[in-house]
Amino acid sequence: MHTVLRRLIQLIFVLAGICIITFLLVHMVPGDPARVIAGDRASPETIEAIRQRFGLDQPLWQQFVTYAGNLFTGDIGQSMRYKRPVVALIGQYVWPTLFLTGYVICLAVPPSIALAIASARRPGSLADQLIRFIGIAGMAIPVFWLGIMMSRFFGVGLGWFPVSGYGKTFADHLHHLFLPALSTAIWMVPVLVQSLRAALIEKASADFVVAARAQGAGEREIFWCTVLPNAILPTLNLFGVLVAFLIGGTIIVETVYAVPGLGTLMVNSLLARDYQVVQGLTLMFAVTTVAVTFLVDLLSAAIDPRARV
Amino acid sequence: MSMEAAPIQSSMKQPAVILSWSLIVAGSIVGIWIVLAIFAPFVAPYDPTAIDIVNALKGPSATHWFGTDQVGRDVLSRVIHGARIDLLMCLAGVLPPLFIGTTVGLLSGYYGGAVDTLLMRLYDLTAAFPFFVLVLAIVGVLGPGLLNFFVALAVVGWVTYARLVRAEVMAIRDSEYIQAAQCLGYSDRVVLLRHVLPNAFGPVVAYAVSDAVLVMLAGASFGFLGMGAQPPLAEWGVMISDGSRYIRQAWWICTFPGLAAISLGLGLAFLGDGLGQLRRGQVST
Repeated sequence: MHTVLRRLIQLIFVLAGICIITFLLVHMVPGDPARVIAGDRASPETIEAIRQRFGLDQPLWQQFVTYAGNLFTGDIGQSMRYKRPVVALIGQYVWPTLFLTGYVICLAVPPSIALAIASARRPGSLADQLIRFIGIAGMAIPVFWLGIMMSRFFGVGLGWFPVSGYGKTFADHLHHLFLPALSTAIWMVPVLVQSLRAALIEKASADFVVAARAQGAGEREIFWCTVLPNAILPTLNLFGVLVAFLIGGTIIVETVYAVPGLGTLMVNSLLARDYQVVQGLTLMFAVTTVAVTFLVDLLSAAIDPRARV
Repeated sequence: MSMEAAPIQSSMKQPAVILSWSLIVAGSIVGIWIVLAIFAPFVAPYDPTAIDIVNALKGPSATHWFGTDQVGRDVLSRVIHGARIDLLMCLAGVLPPLFIGTTVGLLSGYYGGAVDTLLMRLYDLTAAFPFFVLVLAIVGVLGPGLLNFFVALAVVGWVTYARLVRAEVMAIRDSEYIQAAQCLGYSDRVVLLRHVLPNAFGPVVAYAVSDAVLVMLAGASFGFLGMGAQPPLAEWGVMISDGSRYIRQAWWICTFPGLAAISLGLGLAFLGDGLGQLRRGQVST
């Protein structure tokens, strides 16, 4: 219980830091923040109105207090382009992104586990070398290029998949998002395989494996019942990092395939200088990452008593 | 593990490790791109910005090996000139964070104290943001362009280097040769620069080469999204973005810059992997 409390306090500090950084983000914009929020074509009256409405004539610390107070009431800003609260925009765009993320995990996890096991059962063998080679090579491929090539070949060339959009029904979603999910998964599998392989090899020489062998357990039984369950835990801890990776990946992939998700919203808002949306999305992405890391920590503490120290 | 007995053995094995084939191939690929980038104006058959509307969207042929783009520019020449920008991105995206991070990491790991605590909290905070999102937001707010991309990378990237160097410094801070140097009365500056830094730098170099792959791919992605290098600059990501609009009739505009990025990425990735193995080979095995 003590550890959970300490992790909670740490969590609060990190969340406070995230608020400060996202707050400063919009204040980093060169020029008058009121003009930036209002847009390039705003009249002087509009700019003055915005300055008063957002309290931009107040000192910086007071503005931050207002900002943090708004966050507590769930107000993370207002889109200038859509004339709607950022929360409502996120509510509208979040579903394709969530669907895509889940899809990617479903596509990436089974082959990752299979490849890592194939690789770690005989370290240094031809299969291991080949998987390692593919793993390093996979990280060097630009995801957006892969996406364009696949949509040209499977979408335009063969006509198997739609090249943009999200669809209406669940089956439609599966069909529309297959290529985007596959492009992201191809990029994620190498990271997963490398981490799981390293964990498997490390656990294979652990004391408890020697003990199991001394008790007369067969090699097959040792691998499936002793090594594998112990190797899952370090990989689970990587999940927070992977979610951060995945968010970055989906931003690019959504843009390539014109999926109406948060990534597309982020890029379009950046290009349209709709900074409050950028601010709100950055905040949300960071909070998501922190929350996932926190949950994974709690989960591994529940599974493994040693992690509670 | 068997750290004490190992060095004698490994010093005999070293040549075999150094000459690993993947390291040679990877080094050659990166070397070829560097040479192409330096001598781009002499190697490239055409001016990369010369517009030739009559010959627009022509497929690969004897006169234009990689074909021409939507305004008749030679794709091969643009790919070769693009190497200049994409390699520059690797350098300007890796060296500033490397320098800042190493300096902070050295001081933080060696002296500990308040600076160290602050560094670790800063690391927690930076790790909370997805890397790509934070860099994208900073570039977006400062304004699209290569310079702001480098600024954002320096602001976000140095923390990782600092943490890496800090861990290395803390591992060797109390070792005997450092204590010996301190006992001999060398100043902290000399101990840090002559004794701690050279011993802590190996993993940083290996990481920096792998980081160059990420930076290059991020730079190309930013070019593609319109947030990095700006057209008409011949950057591979920008070329892919331009070409993607004509992909139905002209596959070559998009394909070749992508293959170029993959080959440089592969070269750098295996170079970083090889250097990492080389270092581990010196320490243990």
